[in-house]
Amino acid sequence: MSVDVIMPQMGESIAEGTIVKWLKNVGDKVERDEPLFEISTDKVDAEIPSPAAGTLLEVLVTPGTTVEINTIVGRIGAAGETPRAGKPADTPAPSAAPKPAPAPAPAPQPAPVPSTATATAPHAGERTVVRSSPVVQKIAAEHGVDISLIDGTGEGGRVTKKDILSYIDSASRPSVASAPAPAPAVAPTLSAPAAATAAPRAAGNAPRPQVFPAGQDEVREPMSIMRKKIAEHMVMSKHTSPHVYTIFEVDMNEVVKRREAMKREYAGEGVKLTFLPFFIEAAVRGIKEYPIINSSVDGDTIIYKKTVNVGIAVALENGLIVPVIKHADQMNLLGLARTAADLGERARTKRLVPDDVQGGTFTITNVGVFGGTFGLPIINQPQAAIMGLGTITKRPVVIDDAIAIRPIVYLSLSYDHRIIDGADAARFLTVVKRELEKPAA
Amino acid sequence: MAMTTYVDAIKEGMWEEMEKDDRVFILGEDVGIYGGAFKVTKGMLDRFGPMRVIDTPISESAIVGAAIGAALVGMRPVAEMQFIDFISCAFDQIVNFAAKCRYRWGAGVPIVVRGPCGGGVHGGPFHSQNPEAYFFNVPGLKIVCPSTAYDAKGLIKAAIRDPDPVLYFEHKYLYRRIKEELPAEDFVVPIGKAALRREGGDLSIITYGAMVYKALEAADELAKDGVDVEVLDLRTLLPMDEEAVIATAKKTSKVIVLHEATKTGGPGGEVVARIAEKAFEYLDGPIVRIAPPDTPVPYSPPLEEAFLPQTGDIVAAARKLAAY
Repeated sequence: MSVDVIMPQMGESIAEGTIVKWLKNVGDKVERDEPLFEISTDKVDAEIPSPAAGTLLEVLVTPGTTVEINTIVGRIGAAGETPRAGKPADTPAPSAAPKPAPAPAPAPQPAPVPSTATATAPHAGERTVVRSSPVVQKIAAEHGVDISLIDGTGEGGRVTKKDILSYIDSASRPSVASAPAPAPAVAPTLSAPAAATAAPRAAGNAPRPQVFPAGQDEVREPMSIMRKKIAEHMVMSKHTSPHVYTIFEVDMNEVVKRREAMKREYAGEGVKLTFLPFFIEAAVRGIKEYPIINSSVDGDTIIYKKTVNVGIAVALENGLIVPVIKHADQMNLLGLARTAADLGERARTKRLVPDDVQGGTFTITNVGVFGGTFGLPIINQPQAAIMGLGTITKRPVVIDDAIAIRPIVYLSLSYDHRIIDGADAARFLTVVKRELEKPAA
Repeated sequence: MAMTTYVDAIKEGMWEEMEKDDRVFILGEDVGIYGGAFKVTKGMLDRFGPMRVIDTPISESAIVGAAIGAALVGMRPVAEMQFIDFISCAFDQIVNFAAKCRYRWGAGVPIVVRGPCGGGVHGGPFHSQNPEAYFFNVPGLKIVCPSTAYDAKGLIKAAIRDPDPVLYFEHKYLYRRIKEELPAEDFVVPIGKAALRREGGDLSIITYGAMVYKALEAADELAKDGVDVEVLDLRTLLPMDEEAVIATAKKTSKVIVLHEATKTGGPGGEVVARIAEKAFEYLDGPIVRIAPPDTPVPYSPPLEEAFLPQTGDIVAAARKLAAY
């Protein structure tokens, strides 16, 4: 008995997901709820736990392939059950090269030993001439499909448009027992050396330096779904909003004192108190006084939002995601700290659900984490402003004509000049500064 | 609600335009007292009088020539060819005068030349032809071929209002076989716009005139085999609705072009050429023409039946193309 592994629905509005990678190989033992594969949707990335304990028998959808929700992507069998032999399900997807290019010639096959002759790959050496039509070749090129892998049902074995479309479609459905298992991956099959560099990187946020194979001046790597979404969104935002930036210097002396005083109490609640909740609290305060910061543009209309939902940009291995603290205006510092910590943790472990990243009305990004003095972030549309936090550094400052050493942070605000003028931004930042600098009780 | 036949739809269209616009008048053989050989103009003499419904001598050249002259002094004549076969007698007037006036002198010639075309009624070689292809190669002309009563009315009105010469090919087989309820209000069918008569995903039949019905019958038959056929009615041959042609070709990737004009040099060749030029990369099979053989239209009923494309011919060709 085997259990089907399906592409889960990660939110109401999500219809499909892309398998990023399988965390288990065919034949591996897997525990129930143990992470089995990684997916990427247009909202979130996530690790999907195994629905059952046993052995991964079959992988039906190869990494890089996008399938509809509820598609069967693999099968788990009882412990000890072995994958059927001869199924090339776990072999890499066929090359995406549209033409049978004179690519690295297949390594000369060792002369088949008679007794094991059956193991020869189905289409290794011979490549039959396949009859097709202009539209079939066009579709094949677009999807990187090797036409010779498709069974033609047309006259004289021609591969018809229907054949190739259903072949591509079968990648998003469980394959029939006899069908060739490797799905025609749409994207990321690269030439062999490049593929090696695209292999899963070590955990941790720091991307590895790019490895250039000998004799290659460049390596091409398709963007991940998240990268593409970020690219689209950033261009759209810059195209939509005329960005203006205002930067304030804030003395964090009082916040440092407050944090020191509260740290232990918070730890007792199981919450590690960082500086972030103080910034969120101060920003909410500023928004309450200057609601234009918490608005968006709809044609010639400005929409002011009563609720303050603060997005927090979280850097990931190969991108970033912005989970949202809903109703930040209803929370005290403890609530903000707890929620921010939870969202950050779930973002880094790919456990966010789509609802976590929706509905933001204002965003905070911490460029200081990586050492930036300050940053000029791009607005997270359709919001009107984003606040960047620089690194908190001790600097000499003049106070009452004396030089003092104070923890200083630079706050930047990027805002949409269609609706927010420099004066508004400065007023808002003045409130944020006032809140952060107000004497600890 | 009253159903309007195709033939009455043509009459109603002309009638309404004459009521509205004093410049519109009809001339042709037997259009007045007799009401037209097919009764397209029945009753119009009584309503509009002999100055606006004019019986002419048997001379197509004179009829069209007079229409052109009237148009040049501001009138909007509708010239009837008793059978469209005889339009060839007026060829020079149409091709060298009507079609070229705007280009040569900046003077539009707003005439309509209309008449019954097509076979299926045992009319023999001189009363069954589809001579649209003769004019298809003439810049300056518009050619319309309605298949429904709605289009018959909407296109005759659009043709009368058009500032340039329009040839209106009405299919005599459809005159009294096709009827539908028409809207009471004024409407036109724009010249140059095709109509999708049936949507399908497997194969397109691009056609016009009476062959629209054969295509639809074939589509019903093919649906039983699971072949999903789209039928595009061109309605206007010149200017052709290229956008619609290319769209259906791209959609289904397999195209049959069907018409009643004979095959060699017929309008279908132009449809095929445009698809080959602009949708080549979307094709999944050869573009197939179905048209009568290159012979005169036979008088003998069994021979005429063999000559004209029949539903079975279309079904057979479509099955073959679908399986290609």
